[in-house]
Amino acid sequence: MRFNQKGNTVAYDMSLFYFVAFLTILFSLLVIFTKNPVYSVLSLIATFFTFTIHYILLNAQFLAVVNFIVYMGAIMVLFLFVLMLMNLNEETEPMKSNLIKIIGVIAGVTLLVTLVGSIHALQTTGVSATPNSEIGLVENLGKVLFSEFLLPFELSSLLLLSAMVGAVLLAKKDKRTNNG
Amino acid sequence: MELAFLFEKLILVTVLFVLTLSIAAYSTWLERKVAAWLQDRVGPNRAGIFGLLQPLADGGKMFFKEEIIPSGSNKWLFIAGPSLALLVSFLGTAVIPFGQNIELFGKTVPLQVTDINVGILYIFGVVSLGVYGIMIGGWASNNKYSLMGAVRGASQNISYEIAMGLSIIALLLVTNTLSFKEIAEQQHSWHWNVIYQPLGFLIFIICAFAETNRVPFDLPECETELIGGYNTEYSAFKMGAYMFAEYINMFVSSAVMAVLYFGGYNYPGMDAVNSLLGPTWGPVIGVAVMFIKIIAFIFFFMWVRWTIPRFRYDQLMDLGWKILIPLAIANIVITAIVITVVDKL
Repeated sequence: MRFNQKGNTVAYDMSLFYFVAFLTILFSLLVIFTKNPVYSVLSLIATFFTFTIHYILLNAQFLAVVNFIVYMGAIMVLFLFVLMLMNLNEETEPMKSNLIKIIGVIAGVTLLVTLVGSIHALQTTGVSATPNSEIGLVENLGKVLFSEFLLPFELSSLLLLSAMVGAVLLAKKDKRTNNG
Repeated sequence: MELAFLFEKLILVTVLFVLTLSIAAYSTWLERKVAAWLQDRVGPNRAGIFGLLQPLADGGKMFFKEEIIPSGSNKWLFIAGPSLALLVSFLGTAVIPFGQNIELFGKTVPLQVTDINVGILYIFGVVSLGVYGIMIGGWASNNKYSLMGAVRGASQNISYEIAMGLSIIALLLVTNTLSFKEIAEQQHSWHWNVIYQPLGFLIFIICAFAETNRVPFDLPECETELIGGYNTEYSAFKMGAYMFAEYINMFVSSAVMAVLYFGGYNYPGMDAVNSLLGPTWGPVIGVAVMFIKIIAFIFFFMWVRWTIPRFRYDQLMDLGWKILIPLAIANIVITAIVITVVDKL
């Protein structure tokens, strides 16, 4: 939330936040409740779009636009791409065995307990106005990333690079057998 | 104050919307005239003088044709596809500066809807969204040709986005800003970025052809192999929406290229003209120059379409991944080295 001097602007931001948060939850529920996988992916795209709005409300414009490009523009296109080629339909959806359902329920409940526990333990007083609310702008973010957090930044780029090399290796034809 | 601001932006958005629509409509007319000229024909000349009413006649035809929604298709997504394509194509115009600040009725008005500090990334995001219209429409048609077109469109867009992003990074090394307004201001008079980034511009314009699905990269609708590609099943105004989206995309990418590389509203000798004509009519000349550049790029798009044959799909992928991306990376490295050396001197 932006910390404005005028009280009415903050109130306006709050109602906007609740509206967008409602949309986020609605679309993410649609992701898991729709039967058609393509509808699921489209709902997920809408969810990511609401995330972008959240970032803008938090004055993190760079993060917003990067989320927009990377998640909505690249990753979800690939998701949709794969789903369209697999030709999944409501009729052809495989029936899952009871064992898998039970495992899913156990995993879900465990996650829920962990999340509730961590929220319970969270110090809510820790959240306050950041000393510099302009930190989300691209100029400040770049300066911080390339000075204070240079090592983690470079390490994460190395991680991405190695993942990329791995993907290329996996996709490459095997020269010895040549039956790829 | 707040209300006046909203009113000003509302007028600007409306003008821009109407202008974009009419430029897209007359691009269809221009395309036929250019094609006719290049093939030594006459082109449309029946509706109005020089066939100038042809776009209106086409629009009327689109409205009154029968709408067919295939029975095996997914009805909602079938309608959503072209709507999304049209919607997304308009979004890009919001950050483009069409002129200097102009003085109207004693007020200084910026000729740009919004100057966000991540303008270039915003355009990049909008471009990457453009493919959803094609993908959703192609898949919802429930037709093998449409699906093939949609899949081609998606993989082509993703491949060329990488080279496009890399060519923009080299440009950013030169400009040091992501805001369109600042980039336009930096290219005052004749200091156009194309002089500093010729290779970057070449890569960018090739990628722009691929992103707008224009010949020689119109593989998604390649009619010799795929009938009509993603719009095989479309008729009447939905077909028109796809076609319109393509022309609007062409207009937006021409405007982006004009601002990023060809100085936007700047031209040599603009200071003298501005001081002569004052703060109201001086920027008007700048806007005219901007539109001349945009129309020149649109003409270039058409010129290429009627000159160069379509690529084969593997050639398209080879060009994108094996030639443009390494070239773009080399361009970044060279630009960075040159900037460092020049700074040290």
